[in-house]
Amino acid sequence: MAEKKIIVVGGGLSGLMATIKAVERGVKVDLFSLVPVKRSHSCCAQGGINAALDTKGEGDSTWEHFDDTIYGGDFLANQPPVKNMCDAAPGLIYTMDRMGVMFSRTPEGRLDLRLFGGVKKRRTVFAGATTGQQLLYACDEQVRKWEDAGMVKKYEGWEFLSAVIDDQGVCRGIIAQDLATMEIRAFVADAVLLATGGAGMIYGKSTNSVINTGSAASAVYQQGVYYANGEFVQIHPTAMPGDDKNRLMSESARGEGGRIWTYKDGKPWYFLEEWYPAYGNLVPRDIAARAIFKVCVEMGLGVDGENKVYLDLTHKDPEFLDNRLGGIIEIYEKFHGDDPRKVPMKIFPSVHYFMGGIHVDWNHQTCIPGLFASGECDYMYHGANRLGANSLLSALYSGTVAGPAMVDYIEGLSKSSKDVDKKHFERELKRQQEWHDKILKMNGYENPYKLHEEMGDIMTENVTVVRYNDRLKATDEKLQELIQRWHKINIEDTSSWGNQAVMFTKQLWNMLQLARVITLGALNRNESRGAHYKPEFPERDDENWLKTTKAKYTPDGPVFEYEEVDTSLIKPRPRKYDVDKEATMND
Amino acid sequence: MTREYIHLKIKRQDNPDSAPYWEEFKVPYKPNMNVVSVLMEIRKNPVNANGQKTTPVVWECNCLEEVCGACSMRINGVPRQACSALIDKIDKSPIILEPLSKFPVIRDLQIDRQIMFDYLKKVKAWVNVDGSWDLGPGPLFPEKTRQWAYQLSRCMTCGCCLESCPNYNEKSAFIGPQALNQVRLFNAHPIGKMDKEKRLDAIMGPGGITECGNAQNCAKACPKEIPLTVSIADLNKQTVLYGLKRWLYK
Repeated sequence: MAEKKIIVVGGGLSGLMATIKAVERGVKVDLFSLVPVKRSHSCCAQGGINAALDTKGEGDSTWEHFDDTIYGGDFLANQPPVKNMCDAAPGLIYTMDRMGVMFSRTPEGRLDLRLFGGVKKRRTVFAGATTGQQLLYACDEQVRKWEDAGMVKKYEGWEFLSAVIDDQGVCRGIIAQDLATMEIRAFVADAVLLATGGAGMIYGKSTNSVINTGSAASAVYQQGVYYANGEFVQIHPTAMPGDDKNRLMSESARGEGGRIWTYKDGKPWYFLEEWYPAYGNLVPRDIAARAIFKVCVEMGLGVDGENKVYLDLTHKDPEFLDNRLGGIIEIYEKFHGDDPRKVPMKIFPSVHYFMGGIHVDWNHQTCIPGLFASGECDYMYHGANRLGANSLLSALYSGTVAGPAMVDYIEGLSKSSKDVDKKHFERELKRQQEWHDKILKMNGYENPYKLHEEMGDIMTENVTVVRYNDRLKATDEKLQELIQRWHKINIEDTSSWGNQAVMFTKQLWNMLQLARVITLGALNRNESRGAHYKPEFPERDDENWLKTTKAKYTPDGPVFEYEEVDTSLIKPRPRKYDVDKEATMND
Repeated sequence: MTREYIHLKIKRQDNPDSAPYWEEFKVPYKPNMNVVSVLMEIRKNPVNANGQKTTPVVWECNCLEEVCGACSMRINGVPRQACSALIDKIDKSPIILEPLSKFPVIRDLQIDRQIMFDYLKKVKAWVNVDGSWDLGPGPLFPEKTRQWAYQLSRCMTCGCCLESCPNYNEKSAFIGPQALNQVRLFNAHPIGKMDKEKRLDAIMGPGGITECGNAQNCAKACPKEIPLTVSIADLNKQTVLYGLKRWLYK
């Protein structure tokens, strides 16, 4: 058999970890990334990564981590993979520590832990308030070591356009485009991993980086991969609204004692502490975001009459804040001007994370053999709501599953992709070249960036914290109108070198397709669960809706089917944060 | 400074081989804009200050919160991140945007900084772990050391230090402050220090630490306020000691 080859698309935490794991098994990796991998969006994760290390003598356990994650996710996640993740977490953290992550320490030099939302025990390992950046850098460095050893070849500044699928329905490589030269090329691989992150750009402004369009996930969805639980989009309660993006103010601010409040009757009102006495400011994100939304939008009690409430750290020691939360204090100071050590921060919820994503089996393989997905672009670990500091964990952990799983898959292949008829590659290459040429010639009257803004506005308005069926329907109609108007774009830039406008126009098409999956998935799901909340259907409905949404692409729009959730380990119970978790176990 | 519109003067270049040219833009003012959001406005309406249709300006950006390092450019002559360059805090008009001058231009404000990553390879900027498998807890590490090492580990390879360094130029092979700083970082880590000598060897040759002219611009230019000059001074000590040892025990 010819030399085996894996392609990893995406150089964030998950893609890099999968690369390391595959290379350690002796398989060479071609690593594709829009940006130098060190600039991937994982660097924006702030507060920490969960692992039941129990270095604080609180009797924490991996089972409790597992239970908190399932309960926090409102029982929508398949349980066995989540349990495996929680069991693996301590070992993963030890590995990252050995790789040189500058995790904060206890006085005796061990890994320190802090509190996060939706839990009662300190379980979050952290490196100041830039934990994602530090983890990403450690993986980046290890991959650089392997690059130096000739096992990894990087294609940075390349965009994934589509998978190459042979007549047997097996993935045999990818089509990618060089963002400088605009060259479109076919690349052969025996297995392909998409680790392409979330899709915040669908909402225009979010806490995400600008590369998080979901374009790659949408491309393979349009090639036949299922997109699962699209309607579950996490709205982070505490972000700093901005003109170009909403900047995340980490949950660790509350983990370290930060309080949320606004004025009521002229006095500070700590509404989370009042409404949720058992968890207070550390309720999970869906609960906190809904509460802030209610206070501002329904009750009209936002600070200065605007959609903002206070996130207050001013009662904490400034030196403690600099050491533990320096990263976010710096961001707030630089981008807002006020000093959070002295003046409470003004925050509002923002689109943040996609619990849903590419549907995969427990080895992270999609329904197309040879095509895998891991990290935020998969749907596996967070159910209907993700707990804070579980995303860095699922990114890393899914990479440790996907990397070796791809190697196992390749070892079982009867025919190497190098021996597959070239026509399959030529066919897909031609399709992508024609698509590119078509877009380059677009000379209508619409501007792609303005269409994007319209899509973001309507998605943010109607498909975030509170959802109504009539508005979801109207949103889908608007999305279809935008798809029609997409064909009337004027590309403005016809250059065959470094043309960002043409690439964005392609991404916009893909974003519009995924936006429909999110919106229609939400329209169909007549219940409230985790981040998906409908006032018309305020209760969780396990009888009808304890199931995974699976969207399949058709040219006329997504078609939906549903799959049972594996709840074999923990029996679903009501989810309430006004009382301790133990009190819900008897319900 | 209150303004009706934001006046930008941008140094543009269509491709690596073509000549640069200047183009001016006037973008309606809104409060709380930064240089990136002004460039985003131009994309939505690519018309220059003379009212002529033009191509959207090409630039790099990603996280927009100054942790990814992508959006470095010269803003009024100063190398910095475009995302944290708040319009309300810039008094000058027009605001002049240029690509960093010490790296090849790809298009307009977009540059190729690959050489910085190559230098990280050269100095072996990684902890040489045996593998990514679980070997139990790592070595103990004092919080006091961790705190300064963490400062060094926040380098986002943005290139501002190289842009401002007089000794980093076409005529020199100097690897620059960013790569040197990484040597100090990995030489401080309990496992990383096991390869200390290899890294010191790498910076004791041509292009290494002796190329630093101690202009001290780098530490001032660093958006993450990394004490780059302290790192270089510390490495001077490390290399002298190691050089002596190497000479005594060769």
